[in-house]
This record gives sequence, C-alpha cells and structure tokens, in this order.
Amino acid sequence: MNGPFGIAVEPAKLKQAKPKEYAVRFAFGGAITLLTGLIAHYFGPLVGGLFLAFPAILPASVTLLQQHEDHHQAGVDALGAALGAVGLLAFALLIWLLAEHLPAWLVIALAAALWFVASTLLWVVSKRLHRDHQGSSP
Amino acid sequence: MIVELLLRFLIGGTIVCAFSVISEVIKPQGYAGIFGAAPSVALATLGLTFILKPAPYVAKEGHAMLAGAVALCVYCAFVGWLFLHLRHHPILEATVPWLLWFAVAFGLWGAFLR
Repeated sequence: MNGPFGIAVEPAKLKQAKPKEYAVRFAFGGAITLLTGLIAHYFGPLVGGLFLAFPAILPASVTLLQQHEDHHQAGVDALGAALGAVGLLAFALLIWLLAEHLPAWLVIALAAALWFVASTLLWVVSKRLHRDHQGSSP
Repeated sequence: MIVELLLRFLIGGTIVCAFSVISEVIKPQGYAGIFGAAPSVALATLGLTFILKPAPYVAKEGHAMLAGAVALCVYCAFVGWLFLHLRHHPILEATVPWLLWFAVAFGLWGAFLR
C-alpha cells in the first residue's frame, strides 16, 4: 500500500518480529512510564516532566533493526527519530501552553496531532533538501 | 498507589508497543524513524495525570518536557551518527548515549527550570 512521498505500509514485516521482542518492548515501555510517575510523585512535575521525553522506543527498535536489516538502516531510523523529537518539542509546547485552558482530552488530541503533522512535515522537507542536494552535486 | 502504578505500567507498555508496531510496518526507514520518538510515555502519563492532578501540574510537566525533548533530539542524532559511522556494538551504541540524554535534560533543567 503506497502513499504520497513513497510512504508505504508493509504488514508482512511484522512476521520478522518475535513475540519475545514485543514482550521486551512492553516491559520496558511499562517500566519507564511507571518510573516517570514515581519520579513525578517524589520530585515534582518539573523533574518528572523531563522523563515524558525519555528515549523509550528507540533503543529497542534500532537494535532489532540492526539485527533484521543492517547498521545503516538502524542509523537512518535514528536520524528519523531526531525529526520526531523536534515534533515532540511542539507536543510539549502545546501541553504547557494549553493544559490550563482546554479540556484534557482536547489538549492531548491536539498535541498528538501536532506531533504527527510537525514530524511528517520535517521529514518531507528534509527528504526534499536531501534530493536537491544530491541533484546539484556534480 | 499500587493500582495507579499498575495502570501506568499497562498503559505505557501498550502504547510503546503500538508505536513500535507502526514503526515496524512503515516504509521508508527514515519516515518510520519518527515513530521512535513518538509521545508514547507522554500519552500514557498525561492522560492519568489530567485525571489525578490539577491542570497547572500538567502544564508544569509539559514545560519540563521541552527540556526532555531537546535532549531526545540530541540523543537520536548522536545514536544515528554512531550507527552510521562506528558500527560496533548495537546495544551499547543505543544505550550508552542515555548518559547524553541525562546530561542535556538535567543541564537544561538546571539552567532554566530549577
């Protein structure tokens, strides 16, 4: 299933992952979320808030990608995550500015949508810049 | 407290897994990568925090998350560079830079949030 900018969904890729790999991701993601709650409880929201952007997904995904594909693909994945992290800045900014003014569900939905749109736009722009740079090289 | 922690664990694990699945099936790899920095822990945490705490508490978490997100951006770029240039031990290349995340996040916290 192909979309704009060469974006495609390949459900068959899921067959490569073993149940144990998902169990590790579940346990790690759950543990980080639990720890974030505990840190906020004991040290307050200004310390706990830092951990809302802790790298919880990337270590497992790049390690598994390196095993299933190669080092280069894992590196490209991590650089893509850097763009997602810029989107996460927009997410955090919106939570900070709107949490006291809008209903909770709306703030969370708007912030998630902003993260997705900002990250995708950044990726599209970086892809175009990369293509233009390659096109202008001798 | 125990029920709240258990809920956090289940919701956090589920959301992290869900974004991992999305990242797994999306191509090209550079675009799939953005889901490696998805707001997984934030979505799992903020929903519960909105229910249990007043809105100014959530706003403070969002404020602090700005520093965490800058640190995450630095961490991801550094891990990408390591994987593209060093090609040694993948688990070490992905986990040792957590120290960089801590340094940047708490450096910004000390400078602007404390």
